[in-house]
Amino acid sequence: MFRSHVLVCGGTGCTSSGSEAILSALQAELGKKGLTEEVKVIKTGCFGLCALGPIMIVYPEGSFYSMVKPEDIPEIVEEHLLKGRIVKRLLYQETVEGDDVKSLNETQFYKKQLRVALRNCGVINPENIDEYIAFEGYEALGKCLTEYTPDQVIQIVKDSGLRGRGGGGFPTGVKWSLARANDADQKYVCCNADEGDPGAFMDRSILEGDPHALIEAMAIAGYAIGATQGYIYVRAEYPIAVKRLEIAIGQARDYGLLGKNIFDSGFDFDLDIRLGAGAFVCGEETALMTSIEGHRGEPRPRPPFPAQKGLFGKPTILNNVETYANIPQIILKGADWFASMGTEKSKGTKVFALGGKIHNTGLVEIPMGTTLREIVEEIGGGIPNGKKFKAAQTGGPSGGCIPASLIDTPIDYDNLIKIGSMMGSGGLIVMDEDTCMVDIAKFFLEFTVDESCGKCTPCRIGTKRLLELLTKITHGQGEMEDIDRLEELCYYIKENSLCGLGQTAPNPVLSTLRYFRNEYEAHINEKKCPAGVCKSLLSFEILPEKCKGCTLCAKICPAGAITGTVKQPHVIDKAKCVKCGACIEKCRFGAIVKK
Amino acid sequence: MSNTKSKIPFQGTPEQEAQLLQVISEHREQKGALMPILQKAQDIYGYLPIEVQEIIAKQLDMPLEEVYGVVTFYSQFSLNPKGQYKISVCLGTACYVKGAGDIYDRLSKTLGIKGGECTPDGKFSLEACRCIGACGLAPVITVNDDVYGRLSADDVDDVLAKYSEK
Repeated sequence: MFRSHVLVCGGTGCTSSGSEAILSALQAELGKKGLTEEVKVIKTGCFGLCALGPIMIVYPEGSFYSMVKPEDIPEIVEEHLLKGRIVKRLLYQETVEGDDVKSLNETQFYKKQLRVALRNCGVINPENIDEYIAFEGYEALGKCLTEYTPDQVIQIVKDSGLRGRGGGGFPTGVKWSLARANDADQKYVCCNADEGDPGAFMDRSILEGDPHALIEAMAIAGYAIGATQGYIYVRAEYPIAVKRLEIAIGQARDYGLLGKNIFDSGFDFDLDIRLGAGAFVCGEETALMTSIEGHRGEPRPRPPFPAQKGLFGKPTILNNVETYANIPQIILKGADWFASMGTEKSKGTKVFALGGKIHNTGLVEIPMGTTLREIVEEIGGGIPNGKKFKAAQTGGPSGGCIPASLIDTPIDYDNLIKIGSMMGSGGLIVMDEDTCMVDIAKFFLEFTVDESCGKCTPCRIGTKRLLELLTKITHGQGEMEDIDRLEELCYYIKENSLCGLGQTAPNPVLSTLRYFRNEYEAHINEKKCPAGVCKSLLSFEILPEKCKGCTLCAKICPAGAITGTVKQPHVIDKAKCVKCGACIEKCRFGAIVKK
Repeated sequence: MSNTKSKIPFQGTPEQEAQLLQVISEHREQKGALMPILQKAQDIYGYLPIEVQEIIAKQLDMPLEEVYGVVTFYSQFSLNPKGQYKISVCLGTACYVKGAGDIYDRLSKTLGIKGGECTPDGKFSLEACRCIGACGLAPVITVNDDVYGRLSADDVDDVLAKYSEK
C-alpha cells in the first residue's frame, strides 16, 4: 500500500514540455528521502490541459501542479509528500482560492466536461493492463461473449445512437449490421488511427492514455460482425502511441484476451498494427485499406462498400479510435445511458482538440449540444491578450469556419453541417481578429493540394486552381470575377471528386466566402488585408508624433529601410522594406504601425 | 517529398544489406508486406535510395516501378539522405496561426536550404511536417527527438547554435 500517488502526465504535449525530466527528478528525490515505499509515481496518459504542461497530480489530496520544473521537485517532495503541506505557489492557480484549494472538477476547464471516451486518460497507467482491468476493463468484452449474441451487441450499439467520430457521423450500429449480413470465410475489423487533420490530437491521446479500451472494443466489433482479425492503422508520427499499443496488445495476448478461444467462448480474435507513412488521404476508408494491402494509398469508387468488399476483398468495418473508445461503456452501462447524453440526433459526447488563439489549449470532452460559446469562453478560458473572438475552425481541411455571430450554436453533427462546417475528427482552432480568413482558406488549400493523391482530375487540378486564385487575391492582384470563379470551381470539385478528400476540400473556401466575403472584397477592391497578415498588401509606417528617435528600429531593420537622426522621427523607405515586422517588435513606443 | 534521385552516392554496407534481407524474410509471407519492409529499410539506411528499392523489388518478385510508386506516394519515405540533425517545423493549423510559417522561412533563410534538402556539410536537413499533436506548445519545431515549443522566429538562431557546435 502506498499512502500517496503521484500522477505525471506522459502524453505527447507534456512529454514535449519535459515531463520525462520531472519523472526522473521525482524518482531520484523520493529515493533520497527514502519515500519509494510510501509514494507511488505513475506515468499516465493525457490530462487534457496541455497548455499547462508538464502536469502532475498528487492523490489523495488531488493537488494539481502545473508547469512543473525539475527544480521545483525537491520542494514538492519535502513539503508536500514528506510533511503534508501543499505547495500552493506551484499549484494551477485556478484551483487556489484564498486559503482553500478547489478540486480540479470545479475549475472552468473541467467543470463542463463529461469524460466517456477519455475516462481513463490521465487516470491509469496505460502500460499496465491490470490498472485497466481494475477500472472495469474487458468486462464489456466478457459480457458480450458470454451473455449476448452478435445481433444483440449490434442492437445495443444501434440503440445507443452512436455515430462515427471520425467526421462523417455514420451510425456505427448500422455499419456493423451491414458487415454482419455479408457472408464470407474471412472478415476484418479495422481501426482508423491515421489522425491526419492538422490540429487534431484526440485519437492520439486515447491511444497513448487508454490503449486497452481500443483493443477491447475492436474485439467486441469482431464478435459482432464475425471477424477474427483486426488491423489498427496508426500514424508512424505517433511513436509513443505505437509503443503503448504494442505493449497493450502483448499484455492482452498474455492474459488470453486476444488470441484463441477468448473467455472460453470459442471466439478467436487477434490484432495487428500497421503504420501509416504520412499520407492524409489514407484517412479515407478505401484508401486506408489499399494502404494496408501494401499499395499506394489511393481511394477507389464506392460501391462496393467496405462492408461488402473491403480489405483484401473481404467484408470489413472501419471505425475511428474515439468511436471504439465509447463501445465498452455503452455495453456496460447500456444504450439508454448513452442516448441520454447529447442532442436528439447526436448522442453522447465528443472530444475536441482545442487550439489556436485560446488560453487553455488542450483536449476537452463535452456532451453533444454544448455551445461554442461555452467551449471558447468558459472551458477554453477566452482569447489571450484581450483580443476579440473572430471565428472557430472545425473539421480541419474538410471543414469550415464558425463566425462570432453563430457562437451560440449548439455543437452537433447536423448543426455544423447546416452552418457550412462539419464535425470532422474534432480539431477546434480558435481565431482572433489578427487572423486573415483568406489566408486561412489558402493555408488549407495548400494542405489539400499537397495531400491530393492525384487519382481523380477534379481534385488534383481543381484544388490547384483554387489555390492559384487565392494566392492571386492575397497578393493583391485579384479581381471581383475571381470570387465567382472560386465559387463555381468549388461546387464543381465538390460534386465530381472521387473521395471525401476532394468532395470536402473546397469547404474552407466556401465557408470563409459565406461569412467573411467582406475580407475577400477588401483584398480585391481596396488591396488591403484587414487583419494585417497578407504581406504583399501591408505597408509599414512610423507615426511621427509617437517616434522618439531612439534609432532601435533603424539598427534592427535587416533591409536598411529605416533612416533618421537621433531624437528625430524616423521614416521607412517603402521600396526597401521587406515587411518582416522586426521593427514593430522592437519599438518600445508603439510608433510603428502596419496598414 | 522531393522525387529527385539523390546525387549523393549510395554507401550501403554488407551488414546493412544482411539486415535488410533478414527483415524481408521475416515479412515475406505477411499480407501487404511491402509497407512494413520499406519502413524498416528506411530505419536501416536512413533513406530509400534506388539501390535499396532494387533489392526489395527483386526479393519480393515485384516490378521496381511498383516499389518506387509506393515509396514516392508516402511523404514519410525519402529518396534523399537526411542531415545529422533533422529539423521539422510543424505547419499544423494551431502552429500556423501562431506564426510557424515565419519560423520556417527564417530557418530556410539561415540554413540556405529549402524544405526536403540537406545542408552541403550534411549537418542539417529541413522539412515542414504535419501536426505532431503538441498544439498546446504551438508553434513547435523538432530537431531529431528534441522538441522546442512556444518559439518565435528570433529564437531560431539560439536553437541552431546548440547543434552547430556539436
